[in-house]
Amino acid sequence: MIGKKVKLRITFLLLSFVSLILIVYLIIKSLEENVVYFKSPTEIKNLKELTKKKVRVGGMVKKDSIKVNSDEINFVITDFKNDIKVVYSGIVPNLFEEEKGVVAEGFIQDRKFFIAKKILAKHDENYMPPEVEKAVRNK
Amino acid sequence: MLSHLGFYSLVFSIFFSVCIIFLSSRSVYNKVSKNVNIIYSLIFLQLFFVVFSFSCLVTAFLISDFSNITVYNNSHTTKPIFYKFSGVWGNHEGSLLLWLLVLTFFLFLFFVNSKKQDLKYKLLTVIFQEIIILGFLLFIIITSNPFYYLNPIPKEGLGLNPILQDPALAIHPPILYLGYVGSSLIFSSSLAATVNKSVNSNWAKDVKIWVFASWIFLTLGIMLGSVWAYYELGWGGFWFWDPVENVSLMPWFCLTALLHTILVLEKRNSLKNWTIILSIATFSLSMSGTFLVRSGILNSIHTFANDPSRGLFILVFLFFLIVLAIIIFFLFTEDEKNTSKGFFLISKESAVLINNWFMMYFLSVVLIGTVYPIFLEVFTDEKISVGAPFFQKLMIPFLIPFFIFMSFGPRLKWIKDSLKKLNYYQITIFIITLSASYLIVKYSGVKYLFSVLLISTSLFLVYNSLRDILIKSIQFPQKISHFAFSILILSILINGIYSKEFNSNMKVGDEIVFMDKKIKFKSINFEEEVNYKLLKGNFEVSEKGKSAMVFNPEIRIYNQPVISTSEADIKTNLFNDNFIVFTLIQESEIFNVRYQHKPFMVWIWISIVLLAFGGAFAIFKNEKKN
Repeated sequence: MIGKKVKLRITFLLLSFVSLILIVYLIIKSLEENVVYFKSPTEIKNLKELTKKKVRVGGMVKKDSIKVNSDEINFVITDFKNDIKVVYSGIVPNLFEEEKGVVAEGFIQDRKFFIAKKILAKHDENYMPPEVEKAVRNK
Repeated sequence: MLSHLGFYSLVFSIFFSVCIIFLSSRSVYNKVSKNVNIIYSLIFLQLFFVVFSFSCLVTAFLISDFSNITVYNNSHTTKPIFYKFSGVWGNHEGSLLLWLLVLTFFLFLFFVNSKKQDLKYKLLTVIFQEIIILGFLLFIIITSNPFYYLNPIPKEGLGLNPILQDPALAIHPPILYLGYVGSSLIFSSSLAATVNKSVNSNWAKDVKIWVFASWIFLTLGIMLGSVWAYYELGWGGFWFWDPVENVSLMPWFCLTALLHTILVLEKRNSLKNWTIILSIATFSLSMSGTFLVRSGILNSIHTFANDPSRGLFILVFLFFLIVLAIIIFFLFTEDEKNTSKGFFLISKESAVLINNWFMMYFLSVVLIGTVYPIFLEVFTDEKISVGAPFFQKLMIPFLIPFFIFMSFGPRLKWIKDSLKKLNYYQITIFIITLSASYLIVKYSGVKYLFSVLLISTSLFLVYNSLRDILIKSIQFPQKISHFAFSILILSILINGIYSKEFNSNMKVGDEIVFMDKKIKFKSINFEEEVNYKLLKGNFEVSEKGKSAMVFNPEIRIYNQPVISTSEADIKTNLFNDNFIVFTLIQESEIFNVRYQHKPFMVWIWISIVLLAFGGAFAIFKNEKKN
């Protein structure tokens, strides 16, 4: 014979256990969907197949590559080994300059062309985002 | 000279720490109280030396003493005096010295204010706090000494990163640190109370003030950072789910949970172990926040230049503190059954627990989203970032039950209550808010079905917390804070759903139509200030039947270091913010222009201030009662 208190406790434990599993499942599932991978231009060139998911591309803005017109900004991200053309319409951060590190978030169109939805730059001149540093250093 | 003085007073402080730890341990062990006055003077002396060391650094900054490498790296003679001062903590070394200053100051405050406390508990708290202080002293002296010499002495400094030259960001670190470091005292005193076996209502009454104070500062500190990001970064939001922001939010969730639990412990002498766990967790999260920001392992766009060896030191120290806390917790903790009072399923205690579960859930979402990329990189070398949709998707649905529970929770009685409060009246109100928000959503042309439910539950919460103000049995500070929280949530939701933005590249003279508004780039002026030159844009936004608004956003080009920043021009009124920011694109005549319309923006800030005010009022009331 199980007492009322014990019964209550078991239900409680079961409930917490089920909700815990549910929560972990939810978190992992939405992690999978919302993770943004970081790639260097070389990595994009070597991709076996192009993803349709959002990715980040990082490297240096190539010298003399920034071209501005009334609705978009074109530039080239390089890791000194491979380049990728980027087109972006939107606002760029103040530290977005040629020959400086940059991270662009958006979608790969083909191995040489990228449409950016967001441009991220850093807050500190001396600071290089770790992934950019890695991308450039592996040249 | 100045640097020598500053450095050696830090070294002296190590000596004091060791003495205090030794003397206090002996007094605790031998159960004698004759050393208390010596300990008291040692704590005072330590505070004095740390204050002195900090003033040396401040003076070095104010007189632009470039023989000090920290000053050289972060200051410049042409900088306004206010930013020379705030430059002290605008860098890694100085900000750690500020951490240390607050640590010693809080310990002193604790020692002075706890005259009535049990001596053993008091001394144990001093020991634990001094261990933390000692750790930070060693950390500063070994890895981040702010007093290094530079020879030959340069004529001019490198200047402070211009993006930090801003009033909100100047006071953001000290306020945030008061919150972070306040949690260290909660940590020390909860360990002390565990060892002393005095985790009870009396202890809760004593430590409550620290919980409230830390919570207030943490809340305000996070808000200041967020205000800054909103107008200075011009990304068009106040929260980006960036790792650096997340690490400040995690201790906040924990501290908010603790804030509620400590009241249960005070009033009902129950949930003891849970309170201790929360205290330990809050401080560990504050420390890991510092670690993650400073170590450079975080993949954040906010991170500033840093040095990995520092990260390792904090990691080891953090690990040591957590292991210490866990050992103490398991060795000394009492079996709660013998001393605690029980409660029924429907009671205020349960309501607080439900609040805690939600906080812990939100905390785990943010924690996983923040540290998962680090683990993935370590194990697979794959670099990723977790975007805002992850957090939003996992948190927003849970807000609906959270609001409903929060609407009823505060009215429940201690120990046992009944569900009779869920009557027809409440159901009617709920249906009214549901239809009201349905109409709001429908007529504003937004299609989210989900937002009907969100807005209606938050309206329901606003109504209920407004009605709570009339209920006598609920404490006044709680009424204010809960009401402020409901307004905060409602404003965030409306802001999130109805914000509009528009980006374009424009030349002077261009005119662009966006929805029912016409944006005209009229002219640009060139001006010069002491430490920067500026381009002042002149924009006009006109709407049919309304007078035109003029905006003057600026692009500032600082002279040292040469960095340009954009200053947004924001027109605020009670119902919405209109926001224009523009940036320069690589010396072309075309500018990047962003226009934003953000409804209820100012209410987000007002309600956070009100939220913190509720906490401040609680402290004031508590002091008056004693």
